[in-house]
Amino acid sequence: MTKNIMIVGVGGQGSLLASKLLGHLLLSEGYDVKVSEVHGMSQRGGSVVTYVRFGEKVYSPVIDRGQADFIVSFEKLEAARYLEYLKEDGRIVVNTQEIDPMPVITGAMQYPENLVEKMEALGAKVDAMDCLSLAEQAGSAKAVNIVLMGRLSRYFDEIPLEKWQQAIQECVPAKFLELNQKAFLLGRG
Amino acid sequence: MKRLMLGNQAFARGLYEAGCSFVSSYPGTPSTEVTEEAAKYDEIYCEWAPNEKVAMEAAFGASLARKRSFCGMKHVGLNVAADPLFTCSYTGVNAGMIICVADDPGMHSSQNEQDSRHYAVAAKVPMLEPADSAEACEFVKKAYEISEEFDTPVIIKMCTRVAHSQSVVEERERILPEPRPYEKNIAKYVMMPGNAIRRHPFVEERTRKLAAYAETSDLNRVEMGDPRIGIITSSTSYQYVKEVFGDSACILKLGMIHPLPEKLILDFAEKVDKLVIVEELDPVIETHCRKLGLKVTGKDVLPLEGEFSQNLIAEKLGVELPASRKLEETLPGRPPVMCAGCPHRGLFYTLAKNKCTVLGDIGCYTLGAVAPLNAMEMTLCMGASISAIHGFNKALGEESEGRTVAVIGDSTFMHSGMTGLANIAYNQSNSTVIILDNSITGMTGHQQNPTTGYNIKGDPAGKIDLEALCRAMGFDRVRVVDPYDLDQCDKVLREELEAKAPSVIISRRPCALLKYVKHEKPLKVDCEKCVGCKSCMRLGCPAISVKDGKAVIDTTLCVGCGVCRQLCRFGALQSQ
Repeated sequence: MTKNIMIVGVGGQGSLLASKLLGHLLLSEGYDVKVSEVHGMSQRGGSVVTYVRFGEKVYSPVIDRGQADFIVSFEKLEAARYLEYLKEDGRIVVNTQEIDPMPVITGAMQYPENLVEKMEALGAKVDAMDCLSLAEQAGSAKAVNIVLMGRLSRYFDEIPLEKWQQAIQECVPAKFLELNQKAFLLGRG
Repeated sequence: MKRLMLGNQAFARGLYEAGCSFVSSYPGTPSTEVTEEAAKYDEIYCEWAPNEKVAMEAAFGASLARKRSFCGMKHVGLNVAADPLFTCSYTGVNAGMIICVADDPGMHSSQNEQDSRHYAVAAKVPMLEPADSAEACEFVKKAYEISEEFDTPVIIKMCTRVAHSQSVVEERERILPEPRPYEKNIAKYVMMPGNAIRRHPFVEERTRKLAAYAETSDLNRVEMGDPRIGIITSSTSYQYVKEVFGDSACILKLGMIHPLPEKLILDFAEKVDKLVIVEELDPVIETHCRKLGLKVTGKDVLPLEGEFSQNLIAEKLGVELPASRKLEETLPGRPPVMCAGCPHRGLFYTLAKNKCTVLGDIGCYTLGAVAPLNAMEMTLCMGASISAIHGFNKALGEESEGRTVAVIGDSTFMHSGMTGLANIAYNQSNSTVIILDNSITGMTGHQQNPTTGYNIKGDPAGKIDLEALCRAMGFDRVRVVDPYDLDQCDKVLREELEAKAPSVIISRRPCALLKYVKHEKPLKVDCEKCVGCKSCMRLGCPAISVKDGKAVIDTTLCVGCGVCRQLCRFGALQSQ
C-alpha cells in the first residue's frame, strides 16, 4: 500500500531539506520511494508543494486530491489551500506561523481567520503547533523544517527514533547537526 | 549502489557512465540540474555557454573531435538552437551526441507550453522519452549507442515531473567508448547545397532504419492485462496510467517517441477492444495512430493544456475519484514575488514612479510585472526587450522615446541581448536599455555567466566588461547605478530618457540570495513615528506588512537593504 506525504509551504522555507530527509529515511527502510519537487519561479516566495510517496512499488510522482495520508505544512494558510488533497482519514501537521501573501500585504484581501478550526469542522485531523518558537528555542528560525519532521515522526510507529536521527545526521551539514537534532526532539515532544 | 536521484541527476549519471566527456549547456528550468550534476564529475568537461545555440554547436564540435558530447536546455531553448539542430541532422555526428530538451507542461517556470516532440519529427532525429530517473540514466547510454550506430544526434526529452522527481537509480561503472578517429570529410560535414542535397536521402533512409529499430528495441514495451482497454503512453503519463489501472489494462509504453514503431502499434491495437492514447500536450502519438487508420480515444477526452495527473486520467476515462473536501471561502493566492532585498525592486519602483513603458525580458525581474509595482507591459522571449524597444520607438517616435525602456538581466543580455543592441546601435533608435546586472543567472538557481568572472565549477574565468562592450558597439551614453539608491536611479533614468541618443543604464548589485552577499541587520519600525501612510508598501516587499495601522517588518525576511527607508517621510523605518 502506497503512503502519501505532501509537504507544503512558502518558497524559501526549507521544504527541500524536509523531503530529502524523508526520501533518505524511507529508502533506507527498504521502500520504493518517489519525491517530486518544484524548482524555478515558484521558489521565489510563492506557494510550493513537494510530494513524497513510498510503498512496495510507486508509480506516479505526484499526489492528487483526496490521496494524502499526511499534509505537512510550514504555514497555516498553505495547509488550508491544499486541504482537498487530504485523504478522508488523513492528518494535517501544521506550523501555526502566518506569512502574509502579497494580496494580504497590499491590503487587497485579509489573512483568513480560524483556519485550524475550519479544517477540523470539515472532519480533518489537524495537529497544529508553533514550530517557529520551537525552532528558535533549538537555535535557529530556519530549523522549522526539522521541528515539523519531529512532529511527523510521532505518527510512524514502525520507524524507530534512532533511524530518524541517523537520517538527519546523513542529510544535514555537520556544523548544524546538533541544532537540528535538538529541533527534531522538540518537535517530536 | 541504489540511490534516490532527481531525474536530472540520473541523466547526469548516465552521461558519466556512458563515457560522455564534453558538456555545454545554457540553464533553463526544468533542465538545469543535468549540467550542474554533470559538472560534479571531474571526468566530464562542463561549461555554461552564453546560449543554447552556442551550446549545441560546441557539443557538435566536440562530437566531431571524437568526444561523446552533450548539450541541455529547456523547451524554449531548443527554439534558439533549432538552427544547428536541423542541419546536424544532415551531417550526422562522429562520436555520439545527445541533446536534452526539458518541456514544462503546466508552465511551472516558463513562458509557453510548447511540445518539443515536434522538433524530433521536423528535424528527423530520434527522440527518447524516459518515465523516471532509472530510465533517464539508462536511456542516455542507449542514446549514445543509437547516435553512433545510426550517425545522428539523439534528443532525450524530459518534462518537469521526470526532471524534478526523485526515484531510485542503481549506479554503475563509467565505461569509455572505443575512440573514433576524426577524418576530414567535406561531403559529410560541409553543408553547402551540393553536399546537403546528397545528405537528405541519407536522413530519410536513416529514419526508415530507426523505425525498424524501434519495432524491436526494448525502449518500447508491451504490458498485457485485461484486453478490454489498451493504452499507448509514454513519459510521466505512463506513471499516472499505472497508478489508475495498475496491471488491469494493456499498456504499450513508448520509450522512443520518434520514429514510432508502426507494426508494434498495429499489433497492439489488434489485441485490445478499445485503444486510448494518453499523452500530455499535443496529439503526436495520436495523430500517428490515426494515420495508421486506427480508431482511438485521445484528445477528444483528454486536454491539450497543462499537466496530467492520476485523478485527471481517472476522471476522463470514467474511473471513480477518491473523496475530498475543501474550504468554501476564497483563500488569498500566493504568487511568487521578488525576494526581500532583491536589487531589482528599487529599479522597478523608479520605473513605476516615472510611469515608464517597460518592455521586459525573461528572468526573476519578470516579477516586476506583478502588483503592486505592475511595472512591465511586455515579455516575450530571451532578448526580446531590446529588439522590441527598437521597433516600438521607431514606430511611435517621440511619443514613446522619452518614456520607454527595455529591461534585461545580465545573463539574458549575454544570451540574446547583444544582437538586439547591435540593431539599436546600427539603425539608431533613440532607445534606453537597462541591464539589470545582479552578477548571476538568478531564476534558474544561480548559474555563472560570461559577465560574472567565474565558470561552472566556481573557478576564475573570462569576464566580459558590459560598459566596454556597450561603448564598443557605439553607445556614447553608458551609465551605472546602484538600485538600492533610489535618488540616483531616478536622476539617471530621467537624464537618459531626456537625452536624444540611444543609451544603456547598468543597474548593478549582486542578487541578495548569493552566499557571498553580506546582509545588514533587519530594519525596525519606530511606532511613534509611523503614521500608517503605507508609502513603504508600494515596494511590494514581502518583509513589510501593516498591522493595526503601523508598518511591521518581518525580521526573518528583511536583509536591511534600506530601500523602504528612503520612502518613509517620517523617519519611522530605521536601520539598526
